[in-house]
Amino acid sequence: MKSTIQQLSIVSGKGGTGKTSIAASFAKLSSKRILVDCDVDASNLHIVMHPEILEEIPFVGQKKAIISQDRCRGCGDCVIYCRFNAIKDFYVVDPLLCEGCAVCAMMCPYEAVDMVDHLSGTIAVARADSQPFLFAKMGIAESNSGKLVDEIRQRAMKIAQAEGYNLIIIDGPPGIGCPVIASITGTTHVLIVTEPTISGMHDLERIIEVTQHFKIPTSVCINKCDISESNTQAIHSLCNAYGVEVIGKIPLDTDFVKAQIAGKTIIEFSNGKASKAIQSLWTKIENKLI
Amino acid sequence: MNIAIASGKGGTGKTTVSTTLAYLFSLKHPTVLLDCDVEEPDSNLFLKIPVTHTYNVEVLIPQVDMDACTGCGKCERTCQYNAIVVIKGKPLVLPELCHSCGGCYLVCPERAIKEVPRIVGTVESGHKNNLYYAGGILNIGEHIATPIIDEVKKEHLNAKVRIIDAPPGSSCPVIHSLEGNDLVLLVVEPTPFGFHDAVLVYDVAKSLSIPCGIIVNNMVEKYVPLFSFIEKENIPLLATIPHDINVAKACAEGTCIDFMISTYSKQFEAIQCFIEDIVKQ
Repeated sequence: MKSTIQQLSIVSGKGGTGKTSIAASFAKLSSKRILVDCDVDASNLHIVMHPEILEEIPFVGQKKAIISQDRCRGCGDCVIYCRFNAIKDFYVVDPLLCEGCAVCAMMCPYEAVDMVDHLSGTIAVARADSQPFLFAKMGIAESNSGKLVDEIRQRAMKIAQAEGYNLIIIDGPPGIGCPVIASITGTTHVLIVTEPTISGMHDLERIIEVTQHFKIPTSVCINKCDISESNTQAIHSLCNAYGVEVIGKIPLDTDFVKAQIAGKTIIEFSNGKASKAIQSLWTKIENKLI
Repeated sequence: MNIAIASGKGGTGKTTVSTTLAYLFSLKHPTVLLDCDVEEPDSNLFLKIPVTHTYNVEVLIPQVDMDACTGCGKCERTCQYNAIVVIKGKPLVLPELCHSCGGCYLVCPERAIKEVPRIVGTVESGHKNNLYYAGGILNIGEHIATPIIDEVKKEHLNAKVRIIDAPPGSSCPVIHSLEGNDLVLLVVEPTPFGFHDAVLVYDVAKSLSIPCGIIVNNMVEKYVPLFSFIEKENIPLLATIPHDINVAKACAEGTCIDFMISTYSKQFEAIQCFIEDIVKQ
């Protein structure tokens, strides 16, 4: 059976193009939705959504090796087999480098290595504007952000099914690697937020290739579109070549920063040029999702 | 001297700062810029250094000899990443999920698994005068960026100044980029988002025992919590660069190094002095 739950994922390739400001605005504009912050390495949505946290769930992303100093006889086999240089002399595991593969535990002749559940962060299940909002807090210097994204999306999906929500809005991370892939796979639509700078354009092309690689319907929105007319034109041509629609353009507006400092979304903060452009963008996106 | 430029939040000006600094240092000493934002490598769009060398980054993944395999499933149970699944007695390898730990190869009682190289990205390099560049590029559809970051960091190990343009975020790619550096420069936007994410990376640097300096960039308003934090933690504030539409325009055109040098020379001199003082010590 085809799921009727629509999932909109907002990504960018390049960071700092305005994903979170746009995701927060969409959350304010949509009448019924679940909002999920999947930029788990640097989550920011909660800063403007003022959530009321209902539950905090510990996230065990992996196990990590711990060498028992009582049982270790110092043979050094673990150092030889560890591919991540995570075992330091004499003989202690550096948790920052351990990827939890358990090869050291398998190869230790004295069974001196224990694989221990490692708390990588917490998932906060919250309400913002009386609607579900999920975000995560990674521990310091933690890895496994892709797994955390999978987990938080599954939880959002369960809430959607249980409480009858038809729309999940996902604020994704920058880049093209594991947390990005985890944030877009299986979604209904990806909105890429770009900017008309040479780095924005370069990164846009790479993220379009990723969404096309995973065959997800995609559209593009150009933020700060007025800083370069010629590059904005070039983005239109680039998107055309990939068969991707440019669905909206937002002018440069310091209201973005001012709204953030006031702890608000730009939609609540002002009815200026950027705010209006986002409202019309949302109308177009809603039509895509129906 | 290894200096990483990081920020947590994306788009705060890491690449602008690292390329400008690298250019300025190269006027005095041989200098290396290492682009470790391998998911979205942009620094050479601004440096414009002709790339003369490119090589592939390979990781090892398992290849199963189906004739020797008995379908016992030990490889599947050993793999912590779900990169091998045994379906109807036959192991299927999911290469993108593999961390190349070698566990399956070691555990197989039939010696039916061998490790074969798989290309996940490239490292490119070149130089112009005293400015050396090496940058990693993750292939489209690949999940794991860290092997490429580790390769990039092996370039020009003996150079006097190595500047590392780190990726955004605060997890594994950032940890791999920061590890082993002498100094982390945080490029921070004085906004709630910029401040929140910079603190995350500051904590990562602290856990790696690397000292930090801060460059405040793109300041629209003085965001008080950031400045209180800098004071409380006693972090050197090296420079403040205001919000300037002309910086955005120069980035649009790819001319931001020239623009920063001509417009914000004072700020960059202060950053250089701070680094040179550390080198002298």
